[in-house]
Amino acid sequence: MTTLSPPPGTAGPTAPEAAPAGNGPSLPRRRRILPDRLRRAGLPYLLLLPALVLEILIHLAPMVVGVVMSFKELTQQYIRDWGAAPWIGADNFRIAVDVNAPVGEALLHSFLVTCAFTVLAVSFAWLLGVTAAILMQESFRGRGVLRALFLTPYALPVYTAVITWSFLLQRDGGMVNHVIHDQLGLTDTEPFWLIGDNSFVALVVVAVWRTWPFAFLILMAALQNIPKELYEAAQVDGAGIWQQIRRITLPSLSPVNQVLVLVLFLWTFNDFNVPYILFGKSAPEAADLVSIHIYQSSFVTWDFGSGSAMSVLLLLFLLVVTGCYLLATGAGRKRDV
Amino acid sequence: MVSPTAPPRSFVWTRRIVLTLLTIFAATPLLVMVSSSLKPLQDVSDRFRWIPSSLTISPYVDIWSTVPLADYFLNSLIVAGAATGCSVLIATFAAYAVSRYRFRGKRLFTVTILSTQMFPGILFLLPLFLIFVNLGNATGIALYGSRGALIVTYLTFTLPFSIWMLIGYFDSIPRDLDEAALTDGCGPLGALMRVVVPAAVPGIVAVAVYSFMTAWGEVLFASVMTNETTRTLAIGLQGYATQTQVYWNQVMAASLVASVPIVAGFLLLQRYLVAGLTAGAVK
Repeated sequence: MTTLSPPPGTAGPTAPEAAPAGNGPSLPRRRRILPDRLRRAGLPYLLLLPALVLEILIHLAPMVVGVVMSFKELTQQYIRDWGAAPWIGADNFRIAVDVNAPVGEALLHSFLVTCAFTVLAVSFAWLLGVTAAILMQESFRGRGVLRALFLTPYALPVYTAVITWSFLLQRDGGMVNHVIHDQLGLTDTEPFWLIGDNSFVALVVVAVWRTWPFAFLILMAALQNIPKELYEAAQVDGAGIWQQIRRITLPSLSPVNQVLVLVLFLWTFNDFNVPYILFGKSAPEAADLVSIHIYQSSFVTWDFGSGSAMSVLLLLFLLVVTGCYLLATGAGRKRDV
Repeated sequence: MVSPTAPPRSFVWTRRIVLTLLTIFAATPLLVMVSSSLKPLQDVSDRFRWIPSSLTISPYVDIWSTVPLADYFLNSLIVAGAATGCSVLIATFAAYAVSRYRFRGKRLFTVTILSTQMFPGILFLLPLFLIFVNLGNATGIALYGSRGALIVTYLTFTLPFSIWMLIGYFDSIPRDLDEAALTDGCGPLGALMRVVVPAAVPGIVAVAVYSFMTAWGEVLFASVMTNETTRTLAIGLQGYATQTQVYWNQVMAASLVASVPIVAGFLLLQRYLVAGLTAGAVK
């Protein structure tokens, strides 16, 4: 590629006379690199310009609109002309946080469900990831195959993965009930998995199945960066493999873990895909995650003002939690660009 | 771990047991997915059975006529491809500026980019939906439901991710390379195009694949922003469920058709992906 681009236009071999003219600008330009401060100062902004314009269009403007929406009574009749929706101040927020009224009560419930779901799903995903990564740190026969197999649930498009789970979890004719009822005889009746209280269990299992490979992937990469000398020194000192894991591997992983857990938390807490595909537009009460809840109050009951207020509250919560987490662990400070 | 001696039995047995359980957990849904896609309808509507009564490839034939799967496929390809192309192109310039230059507001820019990744998608969905509906009404152009509008919404997650990953990749390329190009008379853009980009090809490909994967799997925006003609695979697969029954064997066949290229690309490029993810986030 690089050999093709220079010759045709500027200095061809046919025109040696043209070469000085063609190279002419390059000499001053070479000198200009250092002294011409204005040019240098403007250049990064010029390179950033397309990204900045897009950022304003896709992130900043929607966020401003979202905040404005949250102060309006934006019901179905105003969707086509949202500017005309009446201004109602903080009413949407007041209703959303009033836990004694139906709207606030339902929001609080779905918030608590989301917290429980996030804690369980992140813990299990991290635990499986770190266990598998440590056990597979040393090579053994079939490691490559297992690695690929473990990563596949994460590589699958989320809808195909979750649709498959909803097939497995069908009450009649699902694989799960076939195994626990027909084959193992663990239950007298066949439980429902996609409605009722069991739906929470189903949600956690599917989310863990989907996210633990990510923890595995990141932690395996992190394990490669632990200096081998540490293990060699430990062996010389007579430390067995379990001691090496406890004293070297786990402590070395801690900076990676701090970032990993934060990422897993944010993904899981904000997850929309898994519950939406598993349960549809309105999730069972036991598995009513906040993102689904907001989606439903916006696109099923068509109250955009209320949905926006809930989104803003969700964002504030995430900002506070992330801020506290970063302060507590110092995970954010180490990677200044 | 470099161990001249074999690991102790306790470790080997723990490894065998744990990895066997994990294999069952990871592989069972995949196994059911593949086997069910080869079963006759009877087998997937009645009680579950591990062994199919007969093997058939007819689900793979029927998926294309039960729903307009080819159209959905094309829509997904266009939307994910365009979002990936746009974001990688724009991110290349932005990441180069951040990686190679000092300038006012650099920290603010990178922090903003990083923080948008933590925002829930639903936060952008409601305003973008309203903006597209109202802008469409004002201009008379049907923006809402169009592929273009969906592509723009996909940039909300592909662009910050691409910028962030590419900064990591560009940082890992020695500055001496492009400084040499600058002293040889290349302009800054020349240095980017002729030196930095070629050196970062594995990284750029990995970023593109990852962006494409996330766009290909996107459900939230697609569920709201598409209509019958612009529907993507993520939403189109729901068409195999009719009022009376679900064609599970066809669902599984179509899922595999939608998955295999993505999974193959991911597994082939995962080493580069990890390098970028760790360079960007977990240094």
